[in-house]
Amino acid sequence: MRRKIVLAVLILVTFLLQTTVFQFLSIASVAPNLLLVLTSSFGLMRGKKEGLWVGFFCGLAIDLFYGNLFGFYALLYMYMGYMSGLFCKVFYDEDIKVPMVLIAASDLVYSLLVYVLQFLLRVRLDFYSYLKHIILPEMVYTMILSLIVYRLLFKINQKLTEYEMEGQQSPWLRR
Amino acid sequence: MNKKKKFQMKSKHLLVLMTFLCISAILLTFTQVVSVSPLREAASRVIVPFQNGINQVGSWMSGKLEAFQDMEQLAAKNQELEDKVAQLTEENTRLSQNQNELERLQELYQLDQSYSEYDKVAAQVISKDPGNWYDTFVINKGSADGIQKDMNVISGGGLVGLVVEVETHCATVRSIIDDSSSVSAMTVSTSDTCVVSGDLRLMTEGKLAFAQMSAENTVAVGEQIVTSNISDKYLRGILIGYISEATEDSNHLTYTGYITPAVDFAHIQEVLVIKQLKQTEGE
Repeated sequence: MRRKIVLAVLILVTFLLQTTVFQFLSIASVAPNLLLVLTSSFGLMRGKKEGLWVGFFCGLAIDLFYGNLFGFYALLYMYMGYMSGLFCKVFYDEDIKVPMVLIAASDLVYSLLVYVLQFLLRVRLDFYSYLKHIILPEMVYTMILSLIVYRLLFKINQKLTEYEMEGQQSPWLRR
Repeated sequence: MNKKKKFQMKSKHLLVLMTFLCISAILLTFTQVVSVSPLREAASRVIVPFQNGINQVGSWMSGKLEAFQDMEQLAAKNQELEDKVAQLTEENTRLSQNQNELERLQELYQLDQSYSEYDKVAAQVISKDPGNWYDTFVINKGSADGIQKDMNVISGGGLVGLVVEVETHCATVRSIIDDSSSVSAMTVSTSDTCVVSGDLRLMTEGKLAFAQMSAENTVAVGEQIVTSNISDKYLRGILIGYISEATEDSNHLTYTGYITPAVDFAHIQEVLVIKQLKQTEGE
């Protein structure tokens, strides 16, 4: 239960930061994708199912406010979380490099999917230009940001696991 | 943990189930069988207060920062502004004379009232689209303040966009530089119509693209572009921007090019929503 509350708060906070603060921190009108960092990190740290749920709710939040097709982002983020979860057993480590690469890769895949599903289908064929102006800058920015955010999420996850192991009444865990 | 033991589903099956759920949601909303507006309404009630709060903290902080600015700098600025006031007062008297003349001429031509006379609501931008692919934002006024879908949004004298979703206390606005937006427009001097559309590739440069300008003469750079009267959602005569580049198409009939918008889209904080819908105009 506590885990769920913490996750809900995390998703909410990330969404708020993403839509307010980070939009104003954007460089050359490209902002990092914090929600994807959250999704991928939890997928990597806690497995497929957790990644799936976190991704689903992150996407749902976007759908509720900005999506024109309800369920599209939920589906996309859900798959990103699930995919990250596939690497859970293989790579899970305190080392920052693997999650960084994974987050960058998932951002790349995510951007490509958005391009193909929402732009290519509207016959916007100039892929190279989109790659140069949106996809790659977003990937780099997100990757750099994940250096900080992943550590933070890792700590939170550690605390969560500790509390779960203890399995006893303790004060509410908050960020 | 006990709860989970009761019903443990494999993640693979869960994925399939949720995929099915999402796809059906997409299909249902795409075909408009089901409306998600109650859900949106509920979510906005939770989120909007937070976004308002963050926004207020942000503006408070930038206000404090400004207060720390050097006194000398402020004095210099003051002097500069006073000079400007004198200059503007002079200009104003000249312009008001022109205004009188304009009014007289407008009466003569029985032109519609300009958009400056429409009833407007001021609103603040509280959040922006989380992705980089679209350019939509949320403002802190909604149906409780009389905002409706398809109302025009302006800022600093130029067209910003269109209200696409309305909740009780917030509304989503799609800006004209958004990739999926297109506006029917015309030039001021010759009333040549064209289609102004947002393009993601131009977003970083802060430009708009126009196409299908059917001009008999050469299109001049610097020409003012306003919304045209044949648009179904945009009120006529709202300034969009100025032509910065124009090239003749290969068919020698139409022109294509770029427009520098009148609004600085990277730094929109306050907008005005015109409480006048295009449809009701004719009634």
